[in-house]
Amino acid sequence: MTPIIQTENLSFTYPASEGRLALPVFENLSLEIEAGSFTAVIGPNGCGKSTLAKHFNAVLLPSGGKVWVAGMDSSDEEKLLDIRREIGMVFQNPDNQIVANVVEEDVAFAPENLGVPSPEIRKRVDDALKTVGMYEYREHAPHLLSGGQKQRIAIAGVLAMRPRCIVLDEPTAMLDPRGREEVVSTITRLNREQGITVVLITHHMREAVSADRVVVMHKGGILTDGSPREVFSQVELLRKAGLDVPQTTDLLYSLRNAGWDLPLDALTIEECAKAIAAALQSNN
Amino acid sequence: MAPTKPIIEIKDLTHTYSPGTPFEHTAVSHINLAFHAGELAGVIGHTGSGKSTLIQHLNGLLKPTSGQVLFQGEDIWKDKKFIHSIRGRVGLVFQYPEYQLFEETCWKDIAFGPKNQGISGDELDARVRRAAGFVGISEELLEKSPFDISGGQKRRVAIAGVIAMEPDVLILDEPTAGLDAAGRDAILENIRAYQQAQNAAVIMVSHSMEEVAELCGRLIVMNKGSVSMDGTPAEVFTHADELTEMGLSVPQVTSVFARLRAMGLDLPADVYTVRYAVARLLERKEDRSC
Repeated sequence: MTPIIQTENLSFTYPASEGRLALPVFENLSLEIEAGSFTAVIGPNGCGKSTLAKHFNAVLLPSGGKVWVAGMDSSDEEKLLDIRREIGMVFQNPDNQIVANVVEEDVAFAPENLGVPSPEIRKRVDDALKTVGMYEYREHAPHLLSGGQKQRIAIAGVLAMRPRCIVLDEPTAMLDPRGREEVVSTITRLNREQGITVVLITHHMREAVSADRVVVMHKGGILTDGSPREVFSQVELLRKAGLDVPQTTDLLYSLRNAGWDLPLDALTIEECAKAIAAALQSNN
Repeated sequence: MAPTKPIIEIKDLTHTYSPGTPFEHTAVSHINLAFHAGELAGVIGHTGSGKSTLIQHLNGLLKPTSGQVLFQGEDIWKDKKFIHSIRGRVGLVFQYPEYQLFEETCWKDIAFGPKNQGISGDELDARVRRAAGFVGISEELLEKSPFDISGGQKRRVAIAGVIAMEPDVLILDEPTAGLDAAGRDAILENIRAYQQAQNAAVIMVSHSMEEVAELCGRLIVMNKGSVSMDGTPAEVFTHADELTEMGLSVPQVTSVFARLRAMGLDLPADVYTVRYAVARLLERKEDRSC
């Protein structure tokens, strides 16, 4: 299985600029993202996860080592457009991503620039807006929408490109619970039904639970890497790194410390409830 | 004992954006709310429910289309002088406040607000240091450029800038957005510290049900421009189905308990923090083994 994204001994330092010191972020980081997978990358602020994500579609270029995207070297200038076509990126702040005065024109921006024929653009725009639940706003002005609505437009804009992989850098930071749920279920659906590779940088542990794989970053390195169950069971490790665990895990962990015999990897509400019910009903 | 008067009140507030244009939109409609000194209230609601519109009326950034905002019983728009003074008495911290930092040093940035209130000299320095103390900004950091510090530190400097004006009402719009667990805990602790020291009324807009459950004694739920629920977290979180329909959720631990009750176990319905959940479950286990 060829990885769609591969970093090889990746090193990166933000260069010094006026009033700012040079900032080394990571050194010799090697990571592979499999095509068709759903990976969540979590870590405390400053661990390098956003910096890493920006290497995936050549927004940033390595200081050392290499990044391969769909078999292309990210530092190859001639391949830049191809790389950007394969990997779509959604950032945290929607205001930085919206360019048009009308919602549907903003969503159409990318396919238009890619030379997609008009009827196909229409279809893609409609599909993308319906996927994010903003179809009835297609003729509205983006700057008059609320933060969460704007963010869904930004996501639609990326979806309209039909990229092979979507990298999302804390896309739900400004959304309400339903908005978060919609984004995560949307990208989960895109991953499961259309095989689009998803890399989700997030602070919300509940979102990471939906992924196949969780990579935990800390101070520019990978602290642990595995399935959500494997990763979130390591409560002490995560807490020491300044991270949270889902409330379900927190609950089970606290009860275990009180002597209860409970699994730590019952992540979902249903599993957690079942485990607790069983423990309550068992004899001492 | 006579009930204390509210420090800030909203009376029949309606606000319509872009009236008379194709983009006309009534964001909040006939809102009535009162807040008292020492209260810590959370405002939750789906995006577009009117939360931001509502809070921007409290410090006069927005003017009501109809209705009134009263500070200590007086209409904040009664005259120019009063509305000016309101900015110092009602402090509003926007989302991602670190984007507002601009000065050469953190000290200067924090001093900006109180300076505009006419404070100078030793008093100004005291205010800056007190505010920095609330948010855990060291003396050393005060001398640095706000652009040379981490995101979490920037956030705290920005909040200190508002706290330095010593507002009676402190409003924060998603103060923990984008922060990691350690950063979140620190900010929430800072807010609590300020509230207790000043007996300020604190209003927090948040999308994190777990956070407001932990911190707030009162939850106001906004839905499509109106107040749909107003009560304690225990009261509000028992309405899980309605909350879900409104685009909100309940803390995970509340859902776990709902599931356990659906399985036939007799457990309380007012659980919304892990701490409380653990206590209740340990009690239950004790009871059963007696």
